[in-house]
Amino acid sequence: MRDKYVAVIGLEVHAQLLTKTKAFCSCINEYGGLPNTQTCPVCLGMPGSLPVLNKMLVEYSIMMGLATNCKIRKHSRFSRKNYFYQDLPKGYQITQYDDPICYDGYVEIEKEEGLKRIRVNRIHIEEDTGKSNHDLDIDTLVDLNRAGVPLIEIVTEPDIASAEEAYKYLTQIKNSLIYLNICSGNMEEGALRCDANISVMLKGADKYGTRAEVKNMNSFRNVEKAIEYEVNRQIEIIENGGSVVQETRMWDGAKNITKSMRSKEMAHDYRYFPEPDLLGIEVSDEWKETLKSKLPELPLAKKIRFETHYGLNKRDAGILTDDISIAKYFELACSVLIIKNERRYKLISNWIQSDVMRLMSEKSVNIVELNLNPTIISQLSDLSDDGVISNKIAKEIFIEAISSGKLPNDIVNEKGLKQLSDTTLIEEIVVKVIASNPETLEKYKSGKTNFMGFFVGQVLKETKGQANPQIVSDLVKKHLES
Amino acid sequence: MISYNDFLNDIKSKKITSFEFTSQIFSKIKLNIELNAFITITEESALNQAKESDLRFKEGTQRPLEGMIIAIKDNISTKDIRTTCASKMLENYSPIYDANVITRIKEAGGIIIGKTNMDEFAMGSSNETSFFGSVKNPLNHNKIPGGSSGGSASAVSSGLCHLALGSDTGGSIRQPASFCGIYGYKPSYGRISRYGLIAFASSLDQIGFLSAEIDSISRITDVLSGEDEKDSTCLKKPNISSLDSLNNFPSEFKVGVMGKDLLEKCNSEVYETYCESIEKIKALGGEIVDVDFRFTEAWIPTYYILATAEASSNLSRFDGVRFGFRANLSEKQKIYKTTRSQGFGAEVKRRIMTGTYVLSSGYYDAYYKKAQQVRRVISDDYNTAFSKVDFIFIPTTPSTAFGFNEKSADPVMMYLSDFFTASANLAGIPGINIPIKNNSEGMPIGMQIQTKHLDDEKLLMFANFLGLKLKN
Repeated sequence: MRDKYVAVIGLEVHAQLLTKTKAFCSCINEYGGLPNTQTCPVCLGMPGSLPVLNKMLVEYSIMMGLATNCKIRKHSRFSRKNYFYQDLPKGYQITQYDDPICYDGYVEIEKEEGLKRIRVNRIHIEEDTGKSNHDLDIDTLVDLNRAGVPLIEIVTEPDIASAEEAYKYLTQIKNSLIYLNICSGNMEEGALRCDANISVMLKGADKYGTRAEVKNMNSFRNVEKAIEYEVNRQIEIIENGGSVVQETRMWDGAKNITKSMRSKEMAHDYRYFPEPDLLGIEVSDEWKETLKSKLPELPLAKKIRFETHYGLNKRDAGILTDDISIAKYFELACSVLIIKNERRYKLISNWIQSDVMRLMSEKSVNIVELNLNPTIISQLSDLSDDGVISNKIAKEIFIEAISSGKLPNDIVNEKGLKQLSDTTLIEEIVVKVIASNPETLEKYKSGKTNFMGFFVGQVLKETKGQANPQIVSDLVKKHLES
Repeated sequence: MISYNDFLNDIKSKKITSFEFTSQIFSKIKLNIELNAFITITEESALNQAKESDLRFKEGTQRPLEGMIIAIKDNISTKDIRTTCASKMLENYSPIYDANVITRIKEAGGIIIGKTNMDEFAMGSSNETSFFGSVKNPLNHNKIPGGSSGGSASAVSSGLCHLALGSDTGGSIRQPASFCGIYGYKPSYGRISRYGLIAFASSLDQIGFLSAEIDSISRITDVLSGEDEKDSTCLKKPNISSLDSLNNFPSEFKVGVMGKDLLEKCNSEVYETYCESIEKIKALGGEIVDVDFRFTEAWIPTYYILATAEASSNLSRFDGVRFGFRANLSEKQKIYKTTRSQGFGAEVKRRIMTGTYVLSSGYYDAYYKKAQQVRRVISDDYNTAFSKVDFIFIPTTPSTAFGFNEKSADPVMMYLSDFFTASANLAGIPGINIPIKNNSEGMPIGMQIQTKHLDDEKLLMFANFLGLKLKN
């Protein structure tokens, strides 16, 4: 039944920007202060106070616009969105309405069949509201620290066709924001929020179905689940001969359902009009070009480069570029390899994905906080690919390097841990071991070839594990057969 | 009326001290309590400031406004001094900060004596909408002083201060100045910071001054002009001083006058005074040029659409949540509605509803958008006019001060009394009322001059010139 339908989804993402001060006043922009301590007459909405635009906010917005291939409007302006709520101190929100600063862009997501474009309709600047705390027994309490925190709203065209695509798009947006260092991307702290406009229609239909807007999805996983749920709900309604109502719905994360919040009839009339207290935003070509030239490599581009330049597979490239500091760490480690080749890049990638990431999760720190010298895994990769040390020894050296702060090359030299690759030396030991175990030799010769392992083991034991196992095995075989 | 120049002379000749003078002012305020010009007086802090002024006069370190007695309209925020906007909504509201103009006045040695009565939230033309009661016209206690800066005009006219701050959104300084026989100056939009002025209509509001003498207006204009990092719409300070250029009288000048049809809105005594004045201007060497304005019948509707639209949004913050009046209710859901129903007066509610209507979806294009277009036409017409003339000379008001309750029953009639003033706010240009003469009943008639945006120094110079030459 589902196959008859296609889902048509548009996302609205709100991202709090990491400017030093709020959007329209000089209050500090930081998460988690004591309630109502990061406020002033402007963000408290005191009578007579006036907003003044934070220039950094405009720069950040333009950067995100460029990162999503948007056009940047030369002249844009602010509007007021009027509604009453206790955490909206002025009774209106300063936002952009008619002519947002960025428009007509796109974001690419990776699919099996290749890249898919999700068009970005607009990115506009606005201010955040305060926070109402209804959970307390006493009353509703309002914290205005968040009031006036700068936001951008990124709005897509209805180009998303599934929960999975939505998830991929959100990941792109989040990673781009983090790569640009303009948003923490933290959904739990509300630094990133997402609403979805969802409708379904029969395949091949030329008219979109009636849409519902779903709010209150506070994690990527919830966005996926809510879309999945809502699409099925709408299909079911239509299949049962009903029709979908245009309304705003809430995601209930406890029950895993969406439920009606308000109907179209109850929708607010926000009475938008141009904000008279602010001048328009003028973006010169020069300013735009300067910002463009400062733009870092973005997540998808980096991932594709990791695949082509380092020869990594999609999965590895994805994991490494998912976090910009890990990507940086990887590239740093690769840059100090003595011999640079794809095999060694893969070794470094393995080191990061296994031991390094394990350490990070053990200590609950990120890679920067872990403060691990990338030369350690770089030298380990060189040493093992050179055949100087075995994997087992490499792991031991890694642990020692962490605790002592010494580099692997030094540890290997100090402890004489170099793997024995001198065949004449190994051959002598092989001959000796075979000669001193004539009974086992007999058994082997009578056809019990699995006794070869015994001889290899004895040789490795003699060399305290430093002999190259492959060479030992080759030599043992040669002498047993002779 | 009192003169700051006289005061400075008296200080110089040691006839009086600032402290003595300020004390006398407070005695006079108390004698004139029935005018109801003040909502709050600040005697203690004023007298302390006067002492400091005396010290500075003695040391010779006086500042530009040292000892000037200044009254402040009660919609300009004063830290820890209640600022009511003459509304029940803010009856007990004390701001946590000073408006930019207040900070600058204090730094320049001005003495703030109190907060003047006004129409509630500056919405009115007669001062009858004040929650604290009407203000009387000092020249005839049965007449209104004009509005909305009625308390400021009344205080200046009765000699209770050297100068008063007012705000002018559609004529709220010039009209009461005209009714009370004093100068009333609305600067160019952006000339003086609005930070701390409780907004009525942000794109039209401008702080300005009322005084018996133009010198004091020029003095304070020089002090208060100039950029404010807290007001994005406030512009850079001009290089010239208004006070210094006050007497640079022109030998040749072109004055634009309005066509006769528009003057039909005036009563006969205003019209006659206007014609007499034009003759005098001609005699002074002025060239008189007729200027054309399109859609003049749309001026007042345009003004009231834009002003009420902005007001409906600006006044949303008065919701009883953070400051001001809150209705006593157990039901949380009704707090907004009840607080606003009880806290605002009838005229304010009328304008909020009008403004809400013109911004509503489905009506926005027909009203707000159209009004914005007309506003551009008005601005263009003024620009065209000022390419031909230096000044525009028109009446300030269609009549002299009217009686209490005469127009308050008919809001539209009241609104029409802004006809000669509101266009300057729509165009952002400066305008000033010059007191010309009194009618047979002793009520003042004023005329207005307007000039190009940011040509304020020229305007004040010309007002000084005409003020001297046109007075009978």
